[in-house]
Amino acid sequence: MKPEYDLLVIGGGPGGALAARTAAEKGLSVGLVEKRPAIGVPVRCAEGVGRDLLEEFMDPDPAWISAEIDRAVLVAPDGFRMALEPSMAGSEVGYVLDRKRFDRELVMQAAAAGAEIQVKTRAVAPIMENGTVAGARIEQNGQIQDVRAKVVIAADGVESKFARWCGVDTAVPLGDIETCVQYLMTGIEIDDAATVFHLGNEIAPEGYVWIFPKGPKTANVGIGISGRKSRDGSRPIDYLNRFVKSHFPEGRVVEWIMGGVSVCPPLEKTVADGMVIVGDAARVSDPLTGGGIYNAMYTGRLAAQVAADAIAKGDVSANAMMPYDTTWRASKLGKSLDRNYRIKEYFIHLPDAKLNRLVHSISRLDLTKFSTLEIIKELIRHDPTLLLELRAIRDLL
Amino acid sequence: MLVIRRDICGYCGCCVSVCPQGALELIDAYLSVEGECSSCGICARACPLGALEVADEA
Repeated sequence: MKPEYDLLVIGGGPGGALAARTAAEKGLSVGLVEKRPAIGVPVRCAEGVGRDLLEEFMDPDPAWISAEIDRAVLVAPDGFRMALEPSMAGSEVGYVLDRKRFDRELVMQAAAAGAEIQVKTRAVAPIMENGTVAGARIEQNGQIQDVRAKVVIAADGVESKFARWCGVDTAVPLGDIETCVQYLMTGIEIDDAATVFHLGNEIAPEGYVWIFPKGPKTANVGIGISGRKSRDGSRPIDYLNRFVKSHFPEGRVVEWIMGGVSVCPPLEKTVADGMVIVGDAARVSDPLTGGGIYNAMYTGRLAAQVAADAIAKGDVSANAMMPYDTTWRASKLGKSLDRNYRIKEYFIHLPDAKLNRLVHSISRLDLTKFSTLEIIKELIRHDPTLLLELRAIRDLL
Repeated sequence: MLVIRRDICGYCGCCVSVCPQGALELIDAYLSVEGECSSCGICARACPLGALEVADEA
């Protein structure tokens, strides 16, 4: 690597890639390091993303889309199924991606824009000068090198170590981590244009089981449960095996995917002197759905825009880069993170009987728009007996 | 002390995110304890596969 860049990006996921691409397009010198030997693998994701959200960044390309989704199915703890139909157009129809190819495409776009990419290369420590992040100590293939940068973007995902080394506490509380296992299954009977969500305390305590189509007879079948519900004999792997045995006994598993997703509120501050934190590392994955691809891309792009301005003005202090923090918090994304955290806190405490009632009620709604927010608004409008139940979240809408 | 069952570990990094000490480090397929582990056991709870356990010091 060069000894110095304008911008050094730690992590080659969607957040880091968008930051690198955006900054390179603005003419900054950019270095991106990814500790793994390949971009996009191993996958740590259920791979779903909203259509409108993705298209804010790029045109869809069959090369990295596994399936197009036009409806969702909610399955109540009692087995009652309700479909959210394609006529209810809205942001939650979308795609199931092939993250192995998608992530690589994003990083190749960053490279094409002029960013230097280094894989199997990791940051081992920040370079700190007078309390300001001034680069990172980088290890590549056993060689250690100091790489200076005017701004470092911490895009190192759910593990989020770089910001922690710089003094930002990024630890996720046990109750706010969804611990997940997913099988890529083939030879299963599925609706290959629908995402399916199974709810229930017996099925997935404080979480859900998902079935996301990846092509004909093939799907990501996964589960996330709260860390506080996980213990020997009742870990995600145990719940998933039970689910698969009863729902897809004929299926074949061709890949195991594990991972954690934070469902906590975002970090209190996502800038520091000389550093900006983006994506999962900033804890901006959605606390209700666990989705984080768009959130990472949005914050990655914004971080590079703000960092570029700060560099141009010769002031990379936390104060100078605060517009990053305030802009994403005030955005539609930031507001939905705040609202969805509180909705999640409400939902995880519902017993199955109440969950059943909710799903049955949703099925009777006349929905015009297909989004979590609309569902909850309509629930409150149509089922007065739920008003008390939902009072806790009504004020958020 | 923290015992890592490498035959079970899926090197996903879920444990890294919850460690209050920042003591866990994941490099590709290899998880290690690099800092001051307090044997609190939070990582062992969060592990989706059950690859971590806090063993008695005895």
